[in-house]
Amino acid sequence: MNFDFSDDQKMLRTTAREFLEEHAPLSVCRAVLESDTPCSDTLWRGAAQLGWLGTAIPEEYGGAGLGHLELAVIAEEIGRALAPIPFSSSVYLATEAIVLDGTDAQKKQYLPRLSSGEAIGTFAHAERPGRQGPSSVSATLSAGRLSGTKMPVLDGDVAHFAVVTARTEHGLSLVLADLTGPGVKRRPLHSLDPSRSMAVLEFDNAPATVLGPEGRGWERAQALLDRAAVLMAFEQLGGAQRAFEITREYTMGRYAFGRPVASFQALKHRMADLYVEIELARSNAYYGAWALSNASPDLPTAACGCRITATDAFDLASREIVQMHGGVGFTWEYDCHLFYRRAKLLGTILGSADQWRERLIELLAATAPDTSHPAAQPYA
Amino acid sequence: MDFNDTAEETKFRAEARAWLEANAERLKPGDAAAVMSERGGSEVIVTAKQWQAKKADAGWACMTWPTEYGGRGASAIQAVIWHQEESRFRTPPNIFAIGQGMLGPTIMAHGTDEQKKRYLRPMLRGEEIWCQLFSEPSAGSDLGGLRTTAVRDGDDWVINGQKIWTTGAQYSQWGMILTRTDPTRPKHAGITYFIIDMKSPGIEIRPIKQINGGAVFNEVFFTDVRISDKNRVGAVGEGWRGAITTLMNERLSIGGGAGGPEFADLMRLARETDWNGRPALDDPAVRQRLARFYVRGKGLQYTGYRTLTALSRGAIPGPEGSIGKLVGAVLKQDMASFAMDVLGPAGAVTEPGIAPEEAAWQETYMGIPGLRIAGGTDEILRNIIAERILMLPPDVRLDKDVPFKDIPTGPRNA
Repeated sequence: MNFDFSDDQKMLRTTAREFLEEHAPLSVCRAVLESDTPCSDTLWRGAAQLGWLGTAIPEEYGGAGLGHLELAVIAEEIGRALAPIPFSSSVYLATEAIVLDGTDAQKKQYLPRLSSGEAIGTFAHAERPGRQGPSSVSATLSAGRLSGTKMPVLDGDVAHFAVVTARTEHGLSLVLADLTGPGVKRRPLHSLDPSRSMAVLEFDNAPATVLGPEGRGWERAQALLDRAAVLMAFEQLGGAQRAFEITREYTMGRYAFGRPVASFQALKHRMADLYVEIELARSNAYYGAWALSNASPDLPTAACGCRITATDAFDLASREIVQMHGGVGFTWEYDCHLFYRRAKLLGTILGSADQWRERLIELLAATAPDTSHPAAQPYA
Repeated sequence: MDFNDTAEETKFRAEARAWLEANAERLKPGDAAAVMSERGGSEVIVTAKQWQAKKADAGWACMTWPTEYGGRGASAIQAVIWHQEESRFRTPPNIFAIGQGMLGPTIMAHGTDEQKKRYLRPMLRGEEIWCQLFSEPSAGSDLGGLRTTAVRDGDDWVINGQKIWTTGAQYSQWGMILTRTDPTRPKHAGITYFIIDMKSPGIEIRPIKQINGGAVFNEVFFTDVRISDKNRVGAVGEGWRGAITTLMNERLSIGGGAGGPEFADLMRLARETDWNGRPALDDPAVRQRLARFYVRGKGLQYTGYRTLTALSRGAIPGPEGSIGKLVGAVLKQDMASFAMDVLGPAGAVTEPGIAPEEAAWQETYMGIPGLRIAGGTDEILRNIIAERILMLPPDVRLDKDVPFKDIPTGPRNA
């Protein structure tokens, strides 16, 4: 039994944390939030130089050739820092899509540039408000030309290309579309969390090519979302953990009625509950990372577990950081709202926790009863 | 990251399994309920003692105890592996757990050589059953507020008072009791710890009927009960140190493993129960609830894996174990409540022939409130997590330096 990261992976975490503490204090997130810039270019270049963008890209395509456990470690640190960079869009979604389904030519075309940070990719699926599924897509690809509107697209205004869901004569498919060429109009959208940008993308006969098996777009999109859900869970976990630590520190130092407010059971018990939720989410995330890096058939259910508990934990942590700070928690000046914003953004962008709960039961209902991993009950 | 056993662990597991295959009957899926209903009754004590002796002879008893006391000197991870394997077989309830898991380690840490020699081996073999006499009517979570007195009389001590919630007092040979020996000192400083013969004159045991109809625990009354000073564990007035040892070990031995039906059983129930012509499993509200249970259960299971990993690297089990009971008990209570809701009006029926799983959900629902209180209430566990793991400031304790006799305890009209 070894359910922990290796020493090398922990070393990577330390390096990543040190870099981000120096180059991405929360003031960097705030600066992007308060400005018109969509993300921090300096931080993006730094991430590229450290090789983070190519962590799970094979060496033959210009990546570091590490794996998803290493990527998970970095994702958690990105989450801790609330880093205002298009990491999740480009790395968990666009890069994964090409590694997963790209032809050799597509890999050669995209992966080295993704790894160096020269190219930023994103995933464009939603077209209108509501729960997203295969039938909510009306964009079309015909004779190599893509038409339709995608909204909202995370990092859609900074990405150079997008993996897009569209209908072809063979059915729903994934396609690759250049966002800097002809036939593409994009407009940044005001959003809940301006430290991560969003855009509406309009395609009007824009050149595009098919990615992966044509007509199996939803299945491939789902495989992609599963992978992203695991990695995003680490980002959410990092955010939740940081919010928790800030809350702890504040309540220890804030005195009322002659003692630290952290000494009141009303707060202590909530801190204990929050800690428990984060630890349960962490355990599910570890399992997801294991399933992802071992190509386990359990990945879809593991991804649901990751997504649901990480979303819920970050959601709770982001509410508690505001609430436990009291009045100052509601001010622009304190950092609490950065977490409150980011938690909700990340919690909606890959589908809500409710949606993933529905998917989880769909998966469990489709499998024969009682095929679970041998029970381990160390507390029993 | 790897879930598989190491080569050594694989070998150990195979050895354990082989012995169990040869000596016990394997559980089949859905057997959990049947095993629960086997609890209780004096014949259980006989079969439990036989099973314990058999294990002891083969070297599978008290795995982590040092070999000098008859244990195996096994690592924590080996103990877990053994437990995992044993739980796949139909075995009698472990009525020795309080002694072996909590009191034995306390005697090893604080007892005299003579006490270790006399008590540990029969405890290990299941020849003598032990009970823990800690809680009192006015001293539950605030254990240090206990009022049972021990007064020195020559080579003896004379005990008067009352204990409560004493599991197994009615069939125990020995008990370990916390008493107040000096009410003029602050509360934790005036406590002394003893081993007591439960058959001594002056002890009266009254079973307490519980909300689930069972009566595993008791009130125990002491009237001028005499104990030799040889049975004192630790120094006079130092009993609290021993109590802490016992409680630390209690946290390890009472966990989230509440037993009874599990998620797979709940899933089956939702598949098989008709909701107005459709399986309950088709209902979106049912699906949301099930998904919440599943991810919480998995979160606990994987948290267990993380603990195992730490243990396998030689870490000492810490207060993190509190998560297991805190989350596990409430989760089981919620699942049982939900199972009964799924059944509709029939959910309240407890006839084993009618209620699914031989009414194990109903039995779980009625039993779980006890687990949420025993060995530390949910609230105490939250305090432990907050103070011992998160290092938040301790609660304000008004009685800290006050002589015990001046501290109000219990109901004000008592």
